[in-house]
Amino acid sequence: MSRSPRFPKWRDPDPGLPEPGTPEPRAPGLRGATRVLFERELCLAWGGGGGPLLACGFFACMTAILPLAAGGDLKVLGPVAGGVAWLALALSSLLSLERLFERDLEDGGLDLLATGHLPLESVFVIKALSQWLAAGVPLALTAPVAALALGQPIQLAPLTALAALIGGLGFAFTGALGAALALGSKRGGLLIAVVVLPQFIPPVVFGSGALERAGQGVSPLSALALLGAYVLFAAVITPFAGAAAIRNAQG
Amino acid sequence: MIHTLSLSGLTLSRGERVLFSDLSVTLTAGQAVAVTGANGAGKTSLMRAVAGLLRPDAGQIDFRDGDKNLIDAEEARGRETHMLGHLDGLKGSRTARDELGFQCDWLGHTQDGFDDAVEVFGLKPLLDLEVRKLSAGQRRRLALGRLVGSPRALWLLDEPMGPLDAKWRAVFASVMKRHLDADGLILAAVHDALPIPTRPLDLGGLS
Repeated sequence: MSRSPRFPKWRDPDPGLPEPGTPEPRAPGLRGATRVLFERELCLAWGGGGGPLLACGFFACMTAILPLAAGGDLKVLGPVAGGVAWLALALSSLLSLERLFERDLEDGGLDLLATGHLPLESVFVIKALSQWLAAGVPLALTAPVAALALGQPIQLAPLTALAALIGGLGFAFTGALGAALALGSKRGGLLIAVVVLPQFIPPVVFGSGALERAGQGVSPLSALALLGAYVLFAAVITPFAGAAAIRNAQG
Repeated sequence: MIHTLSLSGLTLSRGERVLFSDLSVTLTAGQAVAVTGANGAGKTSLMRAVAGLLRPDAGQIDFRDGDKNLIDAEEARGRETHMLGHLDGLKGSRTARDELGFQCDWLGHTQDGFDDAVEVFGLKPLLDLEVRKLSAGQRRRLALGRLVGSPRALWLLDEPMGPLDAKWRAVFASVMKRHLDADGLILAAVHDALPIPTRPLDLGGLS
């Protein structure tokens, strides 16, 4: 049976003399480390407190309140359905952000992540992506249903889901940056909302703009392209800013 | 492989308060240094500074290999340093198996790293329990598992023995001894003496 030479005789009753020399620790490889962290983050985001269900429930509640507040006339609700769906998306995306880094800071997990093979920038990207998978994607699948219930034409449903998928990725990156910036502060959740919501404005404008254009029979591609540009920008900039914020919170 | 850790002229402060200034220590392979001092003297901060989690106000932290060549600090910390504070980074909602597996995988493990850790710290009966259901001592044993599961040269330990009972203290002592015999380095913040030969480093009381 092959055995690590570093700890050669752990299981022997008599410890004996240690073998001379120490082999290099075997790295899991960057891909291995990426995979194990991704699995852990997904497990934490999906388990414990039903993360995605909570966000989707919140989303459904918000869209259900609108007809009660503004009246159930589809002529009134129909034109704003896309916009309301995007507003609700932005707010629902805030829900699980507070736990993203704060929990790891509180229990020492961030120290563990900081002494791994991957730089903190990669840790940030992995956490943002798992946030997107655990919250953004389920919300994007809920969005067309909610918009449909508010009177949006059914042929817009695929576009609604697609735009929400792309926008959700932007929400995840900027939201994770907000979560990193708010690390260690009291009332972090509120702070995150105040820091992050203004940065959610561009994707909301582009996303609901795409739906509006499609509703008018114009190609929504230009708005989708702007939405994509925002996401790319966020994906490039936020990891560096977020990692710096995490280092600052650790010190 | 880290052979020498040298701190020279290190000054650390938290907020306005200077914890210690101009601290110089050299730690070479096979040595353990026990850092003592009053509460608030800066033991934990020293560990965090060596681990790169805290930026010193002044001074130098150098990692060198056997040929006295400087090792890139990021490389030394990311691949060859264990930092085990009083917060262990274990997630209460996950099972001990998942958490030990993650820690070993994340920090880099040998083929039998996980099994060795389970064997040494008697973790087998705990593996399927959620971490939140473990006692403080069991939880500490699980956290210590990463030291065995993932071989790294420099161990930064903050009060490692705290919640352990006599039996596991003895086990952990033999683990540390073995690490030193394999040319490892240990820098530990302690209140009680470690059961291995150590060099003392007293940070004194509050300044």
